[in-house]
Amino acid sequence: MKQILELRVNGDRHEVGVPTHFTLLETLRYVLGLTGSKQGCDKGDCGACTVIVDGEAVLSCIMPVQEAEGREVRTVEGIAGRRGAHPLQKAFDLTGAAQCGFCTPGILCSALALLEVNPQADRDEIARALSGNLCRCTGYTKIFEAVLLAGQAMSSGREPAEIIGEP
Amino acid sequence: MAKLTGRELYVDDLPSADHLWGATVRSPSPRGRITAVEFDPSIDWSEFVIVTADDIPGRNAVFLMEYDQPALADGYVRHVHEPVVLLAHPSRDIVRRAAALVTVRVELEAPVLDFCAVPEAGGIQHGTDNVLKHILIEKGDIEAALAAAPIVVEGEYFTGSQEHVYLETQGMRAHVDGDVLVIQGSMQCPYYVVKALVPLLDRDEAGIRVIQTATGGGFGGKEEYPSMIAAHAALLSLKSGRPVKLIYDRWEDLAVTTKRHPSRVRHRTGVDSDGRLLAQDIEIVLDGGAYVTLSPVVLSRAVIHAGGPYACDAVRIDGRAMLTNSAPFGAFRGFGAPQAFFGLERHMDVVAARLAMDPAAFRRVNLIRDGQQTGTSQTISDGADRLEVLDTALAACRWGTRREQIRRHNESHPLAKRGLGLAVFHHGAGFTGNGEVMLQSVVHVAATPRGGVEVRAASVEMGQGTTTIFTQLAAERLGLDPDTVEVAQPDTHRVPDSGPSVASRTAMVVGYLVEQACDDLRRRLGLTDAARGDAVAEAIRTWYAAPGQEELVGEATYLQPSHVEWDEETYRGDAYGAFAWAAYVAEVEVDLKTYSTRVTDFVAVQEIGRVLNQTLATGQIQGGVAQGIGWALLEDFSWRDGAMQNCQLTNYIIPTSDDLPPIRVEFLETPYSHGAQGAKGIGELPMDGPGPAIANAVAHALGVPAVAIPLTPERLMAEHDGLAAREAS
Repeated sequence: MKQILELRVNGDRHEVGVPTHFTLLETLRYVLGLTGSKQGCDKGDCGACTVIVDGEAVLSCIMPVQEAEGREVRTVEGIAGRRGAHPLQKAFDLTGAAQCGFCTPGILCSALALLEVNPQADRDEIARALSGNLCRCTGYTKIFEAVLLAGQAMSSGREPAEIIGEP
Repeated sequence: MAKLTGRELYVDDLPSADHLWGATVRSPSPRGRITAVEFDPSIDWSEFVIVTADDIPGRNAVFLMEYDQPALADGYVRHVHEPVVLLAHPSRDIVRRAAALVTVRVELEAPVLDFCAVPEAGGIQHGTDNVLKHILIEKGDIEAALAAAPIVVEGEYFTGSQEHVYLETQGMRAHVDGDVLVIQGSMQCPYYVVKALVPLLDRDEAGIRVIQTATGGGFGGKEEYPSMIAAHAALLSLKSGRPVKLIYDRWEDLAVTTKRHPSRVRHRTGVDSDGRLLAQDIEIVLDGGAYVTLSPVVLSRAVIHAGGPYACDAVRIDGRAMLTNSAPFGAFRGFGAPQAFFGLERHMDVVAARLAMDPAAFRRVNLIRDGQQTGTSQTISDGADRLEVLDTALAACRWGTRREQIRRHNESHPLAKRGLGLAVFHHGAGFTGNGEVMLQSVVHVAATPRGGVEVRAASVEMGQGTTTIFTQLAAERLGLDPDTVEVAQPDTHRVPDSGPSVASRTAMVVGYLVEQACDDLRRRLGLTDAARGDAVAEAIRTWYAAPGQEELVGEATYLQPSHVEWDEETYRGDAYGAFAWAAYVAEVEVDLKTYSTRVTDFVAVQEIGRVLNQTLATGQIQGGVAQGIGWALLEDFSWRDGAMQNCQLTNYIIPTSDDLPPIRVEFLETPYSHGAQGAKGIGELPMDGPGPAIANAVAHALGVPAVAIPLTPERLMAEHDGLAAREAS
């Protein structure tokens, strides 16, 4: 059984026919071809599928797609602006916070949802915001550095590279 | 940046419009004869592609070291979840549901599940004793040394298994392109897949092309098992004539793929009253699981490292890997060394306590000095200052002061006990002994028409930074702008066999070959070794300016450094060309209301030759330490019939951002002459230290034995209650 839904993803409107049992993640990946959001467990345990819905980080692998209708969905593909990478992406790049990259889209979404509300979040607040996003490569230390740096950039309007004194 | 924008394509991200989806039907039993395979009659099976062992064109084995593990069980199973039947269907949902409607009937035979017990006659399934591999290392007269030692301390230590939990589950895509079978997927060793498929499919290497896709973490888990999944995807694709994707979900990945070998390590150690080691008698037993796979070489690394970075004249290390009816255990970062070091470094604290010596002081007495020999009689003379490694770690955590502060804290805090624990260790980089000679790795560096180069190697990027390191090495060797250096995606029809991406060998061994291939390219251009930058770029452009000019490729093949001599028969000699040296300190706090343990500080100091890239090297160490913390405290298994039962990330717990302290990393650098720019391998090193450092810290906090990990709250409560009961009686 399929159903026609209207979705708003990264500012674009899509009218899509989706199987009624599909999750938001399945719709993003298999219907819209937005494969940046990852399936790490399909049970809401690992956070790799995290996207932003109406400003809030949600687990798209356990959200029925119907619940996203009429709401603003943002995925990793929509983080960069027209003028290039977002400060959060630049901060991850500069600090080496992405290793294998598989958890990264979800972590970026969780971090962005936090920083847009609270760019001056401290380490404990970041730890709590990211505690539903598993990473097996980094030990999280560099992810904390990246999110703290991005928060500084977002609240000061300065470039992350400038803040850490990179050329 | 592709990883930060969602553009990086992992195997499940490849377009899937015209694909079939594969699924695997598995054995429900640990051991026995297959009596029937029943297909539920309510399903129209004509919609499915069905593959059994009868469909295998060549030899039914996933070849790695031996031909003993079938790709699909043929009449007999040796472990739960052993693959028996493959299905494919256009719908991913339907094929997964259908797999559950095929029933494999097995006439159960008594399985062997305890790797430490002597198997009964009916349980023998390999040789005469189920020993998959036995290794004995002997140096000096161990019995005489033990008899003469004024103090002998015994101990027995256990480590549990561990799942890799790479965030990307395993998966492969297979399709046929003309005469060529193309495999794309998540893997560490593209040529291992080729070598497994050649005999299985009865095809030559020209007929099999293996391409690594972006790989979401490996840690050893994508060393050997991808060959099995590739075999299955290939069989389904060859039978159906359609592209097939076979992607494991998390439950299947946790249940069926390889894991770290569980171990038991026993020590009998002779010391004098000054704390000098006189005798190390060590026995290691590993659970190998149902097939040989990589257990012999995992055992090899375990026994070689088992004596640690200490000088001792009388050493005996006796190691066995045992067959059991569990899914085969396999490669995992550290490769046997973490198990050996858990036993050794926990035992070093036990011996120090018997001597009433400070644990750091006891290690200092015995730490190997240049000119002294390891357990395999390898003379160490690399110029590295191992005492400085230890002292740097002790200074970073203020060892003496902190131990005293903790003692006072614990006196006044009945329910929150702190402890500080140390582990000192080393890790050999590259394949053991003559392994690199056997591999004969090759690297190509090709000149590109715009005046740059392309590095062609089979070493994969899986998050550890291969692409960055190879770019950096080639750019610096030739003086080129890094933007003109490309690194080829590993594709066995485009890149030579530079060996597997394992054993901490990529930067040190393969990176060294990248440099040599750059030199070879320069010579082919008619330039001297001093030519750099514009001179190189210009010579390349001039080469291609001639019409019809063929591609210019520099090449390098591995040559054993002349200082390495190894005797595989006696296990004596230079086990590795280079060792990295490390001292790690963990501080913990144990909550005696919940018995949960938190690591509150972690110091990781290591000497790794030259640091090629500070950010990447630090990230490798921090990630390895986090994985080690998980192994020591959290990652526990529920087993039934040799199979993992807790196959979800809610009941197999790995560390989250809320569980870990900042991990403080320091490097000491003594360049190694046969590593790229003087580098030694580091990928596995950080897995060796956290287990014993944390167990030593917990023992320091509570006085419990802490001889087995993971130190879960349940285990710790039992140990602590046992201690209280003994004190009362």
